[in-house]
Amino acid sequence: MRTRSGWWVAGALAVLALSMVAGLLGGAADISPWQVVLQAADWLPYVSVDSGLAPVEQGLLFELRLPRVLVAAVVGGLLAMAGAGYQGVFRNPLADPYLLGAAAGAGLSATVVIVLLPASAAGVPVAAFVGAVGGVFLAYVLGNTAGRAGGTATLVLAGVAVTSFLTAIQTFIQQFKVEELQRIYSWILGDVGGGWDQFWLVLPYAAVSAVLLLAHGRVLDVLSVGDEEATSLGLRAARVRLAVLLAASLATAAAVAVSGLIGFVGIVIPHVARRLAGGSYRIVLPLSLIGGAAFLVLADLLARTVIAPAELPIGVVTMFVGAPFFVGVLRMTRRSAT
Amino acid sequence: MIEVSALSVRLGEREVLTGVDLSVRRGEWLAIIGPNGAGKSTLLKAVMGLVRHRGTVVVDGRAAATLRPRDRARLVAYAPQAPSLPPDMTVLDYALLGRTPYIPYLGRESRRDREVTASVLERLDLTGFAARRVGELSGGERQRVVLARALAQEAPALLLDEPTTALDLGHQQQVLELVDRLRVADGLTVVTTLHDLTLAGQYADRLLLLADGHAVATGPPAQVLTGKLVGEHFDARVEITPGPGGRPVVHLLRGAT
Ligand SMILES: Nc1ncnc2c1ncn2[C@@H]1O[C@H](COP(=O)(O)OP(=O)(O)OP(=O)(O)O)[C@@H](O)[C@H]1O
Ligand SMILES: [Mg+2]
Repeated sequence: MRTRSGWWVAGALAVLALSMVAGLLGGAADISPWQVVLQAADWLPYVSVDSGLAPVEQGLLFELRLPRVLVAAVVGGLLAMAGAGYQGVFRNPLADPYLLGAAAGAGLSATVVIVLLPASAAGVPVAAFVGAVGGVFLAYVLGNTAGRAGGTATLVLAGVAVTSFLTAIQTFIQQFKVEELQRIYSWILGDVGGGWDQFWLVLPYAAVSAVLLLAHGRVLDVLSVGDEEATSLGLRAARVRLAVLLAASLATAAAVAVSGLIGFVGIVIPHVARRLAGGSYRIVLPLSLIGGAAFLVLADLLARTVIAPAELPIGVVTMFVGAPFFVGVLRMTRRSAT
Repeated sequence: MIEVSALSVRLGEREVLTGVDLSVRRGEWLAIIGPNGAGKSTLLKAVMGLVRHRGTVVVDGRAAATLRPRDRARLVAYAPQAPSLPPDMTVLDYALLGRTPYIPYLGRESRRDREVTASVLERLDLTGFAARRVGELSGGERQRVVLARALAQEAPALLLDEPTTALDLGHQQQVLELVDRLRVADGLTVVTTLHDLTLAGQYADRLLLLADGHAVATGPPAQVLTGKLVGEHFDARVEITPGPGGRPVVHLLRGAT
């Protein structure tokens, strides 16, 4: 069992490495994949290799492509892993990282900043981060005051209420500022081209939430027998749920802050992981992290190249490509209902 | 080992248990019997601290309310009547869940945890199933897997809610004999609910008859399994004859309403 998990992780890492090389190549015809690999090695600390690339090409790779690939990888990994965490906490395969109002909260506060400070681009990520955290917090407080402390059903309902309420406000505001509609929409549809700044911005949150979530794999497996039985096994279910929700929401907020509301990754990738490698969160969480990263790097590659030199919004690509991909995986691994 | 006094439970608007007293000595087997809806499962859950209740529960000399869930789980293992089984989990991983109270919160299971679990699977005839998915088992196989999880907990007291309902004759006997052997060998304290009154009378040292949330009778099988008590509380017409070892055997009478 454990060695099999190891193979899955190794395989996923290989796929991720390949997609990152593809992402760096990005359709430019005059650079060979091998040169990209050499160049990537050269960027590593204490390693110096000659890739044979001209300084202009090196600059293009380093200043434009590399941060883009890295942001896509981090965002994809965070969203997929957060999705897996939410599914574990709610014991519901349809849960996604936006379930508790993270998306609506981020959408609202990003819209407010875009409308009030049309000139500033720097404020949007911070606002989105705060909004996402705020949305989840609101849903959590509401859910816990309305229902039995720690129960999941009221929590989901509170998430639905918070989402529709905040979305209503957001829609209302954007109708007043039609001239900003384009910017608001392109933010919502997602973008990972923010450069190194965005990468450094997201990295600390990504690291913290990834470590926290990965550490909770076993406990989430225990939680999968339900609150009552988990308690009889000596686990404090409500406390586990809170810890995982915190970590997953932090991951979601960080991802949303630098990339907008990219859909589909958070729900599909954990399912693919589960289909391929089995139901244990100990393997689903790391596979989601790696698989989500690879998926979003490839999605961004498509977004940049399909109608080059123009770009498709990445959120459109994830849904357009992701849906048939998902159906394909479901068919390939068909077995008794999960 | 387990002392319950004046236990009352309200679920929603209904008072499901009223002033129930119960006491089980170390190494003793207590069977809780009673008609559907009498409150048997609720009583076990209250002992596990899974439902809010009034009254006191003392486990191994310690007030259960003051025990951390982890410590309580090391003292009492519980197999529910309707366990929820994650369909994708393998039998081995499911049984390993029983080791939860011994594994550090963010840690992983030790070699000993694996050994204990493997030996429990072996004792329950489940070694061949270890790699099977729980969702692909028959009802009786599932029931044994749940029992394996509870036994892997290595707690001195075992609460089993209807452990034999889905089992064929041979496996009923096998499971109850195994529990009985553990009880004798390790001094395990056992509390089961059992619908099969004859089985309850065969294996338990004492019976507790619950009806409508009240403990209406308690004592050795021959005292509780009488035509009068069973007839009154189960609304059934039965004949009770002395069976092997002088323990009562309950026969349903045909043509009665
Ligand atoms: N969550 C609940 N809310 C309200 N009433 C409940 C709840 N759970 C159980 N009850 C009621 O409590 C009573 C006792 O239920 P319990 O499950 O303890 O019965 P039982 O003796 O185990 O019955 P069975 O033999 O059918 O397993 C029943 O009347 C049931 O309808
Ligand atoms: Mg019951």
